[in-house]
Amino acid sequence: MRVMHPARLPPSAPRATTRALFREFLVVGLSGFGGVLPFARRMVVERRGWMSEREFTEVLSLAQFLPGPNIVNVAIIIGRRFQGLTGAVAATAGLMLMPLLVVLLLATVYARFADLDAVRGACDGVSAAASGLVLAMGFKMARPIARTPWQVGIGAIAFVAIGIARLPLLWVLAVLVPLAVGIAWRRRA
Amino acid sequence: MIASPLLELTAQFMTLSLLSIGGANAIIPEIHLRVVENLHWMTDADFARMFALSQAAPGPNVLIVSLIGWKVAGVAGAVVALVAMCGPSSVLTYWFTRVWDRFRDAPLRIAIQRALAPVTVGLILSSGYVLARTTGHSGPAYAITGVTVLLMMTTKWHPLWMLAAAAGLGALGVV
Repeated sequence: MRVMHPARLPPSAPRATTRALFREFLVVGLSGFGGVLPFARRMVVERRGWMSEREFTEVLSLAQFLPGPNIVNVAIIIGRRFQGLTGAVAATAGLMLMPLLVVLLLATVYARFADLDAVRGACDGVSAAASGLVLAMGFKMARPIARTPWQVGIGAIAFVAIGIARLPLLWVLAVLVPLAVGIAWRRRA
Repeated sequence: MIASPLLELTAQFMTLSLLSIGGANAIIPEIHLRVVENLHWMTDADFARMFALSQAAPGPNVLIVSLIGWKVAGVAGAVVALVAMCGPSSVLTYWFTRVWDRFRDAPLRIAIQRALAPVTVGLILSSGYVLARTTGHSGPAYAITGVTVLLMMTTKWHPLWMLAAAAGLGALGVV
């Protein structure tokens, strides 16, 4: 069965105005700490009913497939689907506006009090814990591929090249992605 | 550095945009490499603190980019860095949505997805590793990182609690 085209609208689908896209993504942007996607799903699927669960999953897989921040790609796809270019711009602007203001405010406050040991210490504490969050996310994402030896190999090479050897990303991707696609292609079912 | 820091920011982050497979969290080592080691815009400690601020604020993880822009060129730098980081990938996404329908069941797409999955995992683990090393010049910092990993893997606690607890420990001078 074909799933809905992310860019095309079924005849009976609900409509989202440009203003609604901006406003709803504005709220989404302020919602999440360390990950906004679950809040975007709740807004689109549950609160506004703009898409079915299935359609949103489809949007998400496209957003993750392409480069760029996943949530920004989600805003682009959903905004475009309902209101074309205007919608894409409105959704993305809404998403980014408040977080940008908040983070700049935080940075300004931080710069003002950075001389205090307690403030610097708190920052270092957050940074240490947040490094752990990123590592844990990596370990969780590694579970589905952990039983496929070539995927483990590719992941290990990426880690050594980028994390340990600190090679430039462009060159690592230029070698590793074609290699991995080649292996995946030869082993396709 | 090129004459205008805004131009340099634009160039740096526009090229990063299309390399950011796996999202913003996957390219932290590359941002660190460029911003700290190649361009000397900030120290390791500054970088770790920008990262901490971006995590302490609500919103998408990509905001680390605007904090780097802010550090280099103020508010204009923050906006320029964010737009440059999101611009090229957004244009690609906007355009690609049209062909996705034809492409989504194609064997090549499935192969690419299976290929990118481990690359992304390697990049995200690299990010965590580089960040931990950037922050952790002390045993307690590494301990906080380790305990956070453990709690995230074994409990369903909200990550915000771990950030708050770590901030508290840091403020008390433990880290």
